[in-house]
Amino acid sequence: MSRIRQALLGVWEFVVGDDWVTAAGVVVALALTALVAERDSAWFVLPVAVAILLTASIWREARKRAAR
Amino acid sequence: MSGQELGLAVSVFLACAVEAVEALTIVLAVGTTRSWSSALSGCLAAVLGLVAVTAILGPGLTSLPLDTLRLVVGGLLLVFGLQWLRKAILRGAGIKALHDEDEIFREQAAAARAAGSPHEGFDGYSFVIAFKGVLLEGLEVVFIALTFGANQHRIGLAAASAAAAVLVVAGIGVALRHPLARAPENAMKFGVGVMLTSFGIFWGAEGAGASWPGGDAALLVIIPTVLVFSLALTRFFRVDAIEGRAAAA
Repeated sequence: MSRIRQALLGVWEFVVGDDWVTAAGVVVALALTALVAERDSAWFVLPVAVAILLTASIWREARKRAAR
Repeated sequence: MSGQELGLAVSVFLACAVEAVEALTIVLAVGTTRSWSSALSGCLAAVLGLVAVTAILGPGLTSLPLDTLRLVVGGLLLVFGLQWLRKAILRGAGIKALHDEDEIFREQAAAARAAGSPHEGFDGYSFVIAFKGVLLEGLEVVFIALTFGANQHRIGLAAASAAAAVLVVAGIGVALRHPLARAPENAMKFGVGVMLTSFGIFWGAEGAGASWPGGDAALLVIIPTVLVFSLALTRFFRVDAIEGRAAAA
C-alpha cells in the first residue's frame, strides 16, 4: 500500500471512525439545515437528525450483538 | 468566564484527561518493564509533535470566515462527539466491554518483555511505543481543543485546559506508579460526548444559516436535552433490559 493511501486511510479512520453511516448522516443533516434555513426557521433539523443518527447507530450495534 | 468558555474548558479538560489516562497506561507499561528514560523521551517527543500540530493548524482555522468556521467546527464536533457518545452508551449499556486499564497494562507489559532485553542507554522499543501511544491518544484532543478554541478565538484557554489535564493525570500516575484503572473513564467519555455533540449541534446549525431561539441561551436547553436523551438510550439498550423485553414477548 502506498504511503499516500495509508495516510488517507489514517485520516479517514481518525475522522470517521468505525461508523461511516453516522458521519455521512451528519454531512447530510448540515446540508439539509442549510437548505431549510434559506426559506424558514431551521434550528430543529440538527437536533432531530442527531437523535435519529445516534439511536440508529446504537440499534445497529445492539442488533449485531444479539445476532452473535 | 462566559458559559461557552466554561463549556470549552470543561470539555477539553475531560477529553484530555480520558486520553491521558490511556496514554499513561502505555508509558507506564514500557517504562516499568524496559526503560524509563527512553519511554519519557518518546513521551516528550510526542508532546512536542502535538504542540507543533496545534501551532500549524491553529492560525489556519482562526483565519476562516465565521460562518464557514462554525460549519466546519460544528460538523467536526458532531462527528467526534457522536463517536464518543456512541462508545460510552454502548459500554454503559453492556453491549461493549468497558475499557480495562489493568488488562491493557498487562498486555502492553507482556509485549514489552517479549520484545527482548532492553538496550543499554537508549531503548528504541520504549521510545517508539511511548511516542506512538501519546501521539495517537493526543491527536484527537488536539483537534477537539483546536475546533473548540478556534471558534471562540480562545485557543490559549483550550491549550491551558489540556495542559492542566495532562499534569493532573501524569501527577497521579507518577505518585501511584500504576494505571488509573479506577478513573471513571466511561462517565468522563459520556460527559465529553454530550458536550461535543451539544456544541456541534449549536455551532453546526448556526454555520449552516439557522438561528437559535434565545441565541446563546439555547445551549442551556441543548446540553441537558442531549444528556437526558443519551441516558435514556443507555437505559433502553441495556443488555439485561433487551433480554427482559425479549423474554416477555
